[in-house]
Formats: sequence, C-alpha cells, structure tokens
Amino acid sequence: MSAAVRRITVAAAMVAGLAVATMAAHAADDTIKIGHYASKTGPEATFGQSSDKGVKMAIDEANNAGGVLGKKLELITYDTQGKSAEASNAVTRLINNDHVVALLGEVASSLSLAGGEIAQANGIPMITHASTNPKVTQGRDMVFRVCFIDPFQGYAVAKFATDNLKAKKIAILYDQGQAYSVGLRKDFSKAVKQLGGTITTEQSYTGGDQDFSAQLTTIREGQPDAIFIPGYYTDVGNIALQVRKLGITVPLLGTDGWDSAKLKEIAGDALKDCYYSNHYTPEDPRPELQAFIKKFKELHNGETPDAMAVLAYDGANVLLDAMKRANTTEPKALAKAIGETKGFKGVTGTITLDENRNAKKPAVILQMKDGEWRYAASIAPPADEK
Amino acid sequence: MVALLRGFYPYAIAILIAFVMYKVMPVGAEKIDLGILQINSFFTKVTGAIGIAIIMAVSLNIVNGYTGQFSLGHAGFMAIGAYTSAWITHYGSIHFFGNANAMEGLFTKGSALFVASLLAAGLVSALFGYLVGLPSLRLRGDYLAIVTLGFGEILRALLNQTQPVLDEFDIEEATRGEIFTGLGGALGFSGVPKYSNLFWVWSVAIITVIICYRLKQSIHGKAFLSIRENEIAAEAMGVPTTHYKVAAFAIAAFFAGVGGALFAHTLGNIVSPNEMNYQRSIDFVIMVVLGGMGSISGSVIAAVALTILPESLREFSEYRMIVYAILLIVFMIVRPDGIFGIREFWEVKWIRRLFRRTPKETHAP
Repeated sequence: MSAAVRRITVAAAMVAGLAVATMAAHAADDTIKIGHYASKTGPEATFGQSSDKGVKMAIDEANNAGGVLGKKLELITYDTQGKSAEASNAVTRLINNDHVVALLGEVASSLSLAGGEIAQANGIPMITHASTNPKVTQGRDMVFRVCFIDPFQGYAVAKFATDNLKAKKIAILYDQGQAYSVGLRKDFSKAVKQLGGTITTEQSYTGGDQDFSAQLTTIREGQPDAIFIPGYYTDVGNIALQVRKLGITVPLLGTDGWDSAKLKEIAGDALKDCYYSNHYTPEDPRPELQAFIKKFKELHNGETPDAMAVLAYDGANVLLDAMKRANTTEPKALAKAIGETKGFKGVTGTITLDENRNAKKPAVILQMKDGEWRYAASIAPPADEK
Repeated sequence: MVALLRGFYPYAIAILIAFVMYKVMPVGAEKIDLGILQINSFFTKVTGAIGIAIIMAVSLNIVNGYTGQFSLGHAGFMAIGAYTSAWITHYGSIHFFGNANAMEGLFTKGSALFVASLLAAGLVSALFGYLVGLPSLRLRGDYLAIVTLGFGEILRALLNQTQPVLDEFDIEEATRGEIFTGLGGALGFSGVPKYSNLFWVWSVAIITVIICYRLKQSIHGKAFLSIRENEIAAEAMGVPTTHYKVAAFAIAAFFAGVGGALFAHTLGNIVSPNEMNYQRSIDFVIMVVLGGMGSISGSVIAAVALTILPESLREFSEYRMIVYAILLIVFMIVRPDGIFGIREFWEVKWIRRLFRRTPKETHAP
C-alpha cells in the first residue's frame, strides 16, 4: 500500500467517524426514550418476541395519539439471549448510551434481577411485566412489576386443584435448574398442605432433558390425582407426551411458564383436560381486552396474543400513565408516580401496586378443551396475604 | 518458580496502569467527550468485561495452548472461584461489618476482605484444577475434553441444589449447614457486595498476562510446549510430563478462579449455575483458538475483539449472533492457525515488516 493511499484511507475513516459522532449528538431531546430488554433469541425466545410486540403496540398507540408530555416516544429494544451478563450489558447501554428515562423488561426473573441491579444503581425506574419471583423487587425502590408473584401463583393452582378438581394427592415434577420452577414447587407444596392435601412425591428434571421416564414411573407408583409441573413450555410439552405414553391419565397442572402457542404444537392431544394458571385469558369479555386482542390480531396475521404480550402492553401503559401523572420524566418523580399507580385499567385487569411495588391481581385458570385453552376459573388473592 | 517472581517492576507498572484506568474511566453519569468517541460508564463496564475475558483466555492458553490438552471445563473453575469469593465476601461482610453492602472507596476493610476472597477463590479453584488434572495423566484429546466437560456439568448440577442466600436477618436463626450451602441455587448468588472495579480487574489481568508470558519463556514453558509437540519424546528427554500436565491445570484454574471472583463482584452480574455452563467454556476456547494456540498476545487480542464484537453488533438485534458466527467462520477459514499461531504479535513476520517499513510521513494530516 503506498503512502498516499494510506493517508487517504485514514482521512476518510476520520471523516466517517466524525459524521457518525455528530449524527449521534443531534438525535437527542426531542423524543422521550424508553428502553426495553428482552430475550428475543435463546431458549425462551417467544417470551421476548411477544413482549416486544406488546410494548411496541403500546408505544405506537401513544405516538399516534400525539405522544406524551408533548413529545414523541422512542423505543429502543435490545436482545438478552436469556443470559444475565447480556441483560446487564444491555441495560447499562440503554441507560448510558441511549439515555432512556425508564426501562421495561425482562420476563425471566434471573434476568430482571441482573437488570434491576443496574437500574437501581443508576436510579432509573424499571417495570418488569412478567417476572414473578419475589426477590426481583425486594429492596429496590426503582423496580416495579405489573404481575402477581410466585407465592400467590402457587397458592392459586393449589386452591384450584383441591377445591375445583377435588385432588387430594398431588405429585410434583419441577425443573431444578430454573429458579422460577424451584420457587413455585415450594410455594405450591406449602399451599397444598395448608389446604389439606398431600404431596405424593417431588421429582426433578433439568431444562433440556429428553427422557423423563424414570421420574414419571416413580410418580405413577404414588397414584396421584394430579401432577404439578411448574416448568417452561418446551420441557412441559415433552413431559406431557411421555406422561400419556406411560398410561398416566390424571390432569397435569402448570403455571404461566406454559403460556406459549408452542406448547400446543409440541404436545397436542396429550394436554387434554390439563390446567394452568395465567395472567389473563383471551375469552375474558371485558371490552378493553377484546379491543386489544382485535387490534393485535390485525397487526400480527391473526395471532392471538399470549400473556407476555398482554402484560408487556400493560407494563408500558402503566409507565406512560405514570409519566403523564408525574408530568415529568425525571427518574425520582417518575418512580414515585409508578409506585402510586392505583386502579389502573389495564387489559389484564385492574392494576394497583402495593407498598412492595408488586401488583395485586387475580389469576385465571385455563383448561385444555377441544384443542383450545378455555377459561376454567378465576382465583382471587387471599385476603390475609400481604 | 522463584524465577517467575523475579523482576518486580512489571507488576508495579501493571498496578499503576490499572490505577490510572480506574481514576480516568467514568462511572455513573460521568462521561468523557472526545469528539469522535463518547466514553461513558457503559464503556467502563465493557472495559471491565474485557479485563475478565483476558484473564480467562490467557489462563486457558496454558492448558489448551502450551500444554496441548483440550479442556472444556474453564467455566467450571470460573464458577468455583466466583462462588468461593462471593460466599466469603457476602457472609464475611455480614459477620464482620453487620451487612452485605459494599463499602465506598478503593482501600477499605471491605476491599481487604475482597482481596482475601480473590486469593481464596484462586486457591480453591487451583485445588479443583489439580483434581481435574489427575485424569489427564491417562486421557488425551477428546476423552480428556469429555472429562472436563463432565466436571463442569456436575458442578452445575450441584450448585443448582444449593439453598437460598441468607441475608443479615435470616442468618440469626440459620444453622451452620444452611449458611454453608446458602449459595442461591438456580436463581444465582445475588446480594454479593460489588467490589470489582477497573483497578482490581486490570491489575489482575495485566499481572496474569505478565506471569503467563514469563511462564512461556521459562524452562517450565518449554516443558509445557514439549508435551504439546510430542508427549512421548518429551518423556524420553526426561521431562516429568505427569507433573507438568497437572501443574498446567492447577495454574490455569488458579487464574480462572480469580477471574470468576472478579466477575461475581461486578455490578449487574449474577453468578448463576446455568450461566457457568459449557457454552461459556467454549467462548474461552474460541478466544484461545482464534488468537493462536500458545500465543499470549493472540489470546489478549482475541479476548478484546470477541468481547467488543457482540456489543458493537447490538444494533442488529436478534441477527447479531448470526453475524458473529459468520465472522468467526470466515476468520478460521482465512487463518486456521489463529491470528498469530504460536508466536507473539511482535514475532510475526508481516507485522515486523509493517513496523520497519512504515515511513514517517504516514502520520496523516
């Protein structure tokens, strides 16, 4: 390479660098930036993709209605691959490079814990829409959530099983590698015992396992009335198929980790008369929800929104509502306004945040009937629960 | 080994460089405006991640590069270090200081505890390195890779079974067993006081590089290389191959443990068993292979590049890992020996030529 060519290359690179830098400097202040981090790839990819659709819808709607506080909203979304180090990098970047005023995300509790740590250290409010582990908001006054927490979910399924299904003997099969699953197993077995039932056996698997016959044979020996599987949809699908192959006919019970259209694709008929607790049901006749579903279907080729999409939509709207009430995007004032959310009419139900920054909401139980998930019951939070 | 510790100056310079980095690089809302480049605390965070990646890649190079043993358990050693030090600082802080919050400032009682935990992490990890190194006496190639892979997976399964982390209130009525196994299970060890900063990370990183470079140049380094080139010939020449293979594992594990400890104490990192899996080990193997087996500077450059690359591709959202993979494949086709092969970068012919022939007027206007 001759010296002249080299000189020209260096000069061109510097000009390009400067152009990028000035562009970056100009795009500021005329919009309100909101950051979203989600696992758009990785083992729980549908969670992140659904959340993304929900958040985008909420932001687009607000922009079409003229924006918030007289400014347009700008949404910046980064992928976390379902890894906590990625999540914390994404959040650091959103806060420091993109200067977002608030954060939305994640679904998985371990990732929300990582992201919440950064949000708290930088004093930027964060709303997680679907992390149900109690630790996520504990001791962090900048972190909020718009869903119920695991102890309640465990209670709801236990209550439904003992009251509605009259199941007294229940077996548990949980994923020992997921905090979500381990936590729910404890909450569920505690609730069942309080409600007068017994746990026949507690078996474990590790996410990604293909063969569950050893655990299922042990479960079959205990002759349970139902099997509780608090896992994520990919594993649950495989388990359901193997349960039926072993001739076990009792209903399977699950939690919101089941909520993905993929589950039905994997397991099909094996899920007949199985139940899981969820944040919402598309059958709920409330007009605001039906309007949301109709619009979502129009935007996404007739796809029915899953709970992650609906919760993400609610999470974003709670944030925008707080922004309007605070009349500023200053982080402290914004956090205070989010904390004061009361009786907010979300599409998943009325959202009120308690003093621990958690939403108190009823859970719905869905049943697999004729190849579709149908509404079976609604379980309200126990009155004495804090 | 005494020879390794000779020459104090490079270490002092290492610590000085790290101190300057710590002072200069912005934290929180601060930033440095260089016109072309905006340096802010995201930059600082990535710099810290680079430091840890360097520690991990350079130390793995001792086993995979110098000695030619194929280890897939490096993330396992990292996990041991991370959990050991997290346990010491978390429960130690509660025991000595009453709570598990990190203290402000660079040199405090908390930092002393943190440094002690780094050393403990390295030693415990080295012990495990020794134990995993033992089967390497009989196994080679793929078989050894499977043993190290198994080690990482067993560790992951065990850590998943541990109890929740106890805070200063829970600890009052907890039994010894509960405190000992209170490592957080599948949710990960949260609530660790976050003492890691650029000073600690880069001090360790540069010292690791110096020690590993000196090790390579020393008589012991030649012994490692002889095992890699031909184990039978090495044995015939009187190299105690058993001793050196186990030593390679133990030394690499020591640094990996310290690297893991620094990782655990970085703000925003949650040490969880599922993230210390074989995929993370493979990330480090990629760094070593890409940089060149046995090349310290190659590992350093690969660690820097492979930490920055996914971050700079973040705009491509979900397609970025595809871009990342394509770049890796193209690179390995173009340069199958890695960037530098076994050489250091100043020993590579084309770079030497570049430096020698660079005319002065190329400092562009």
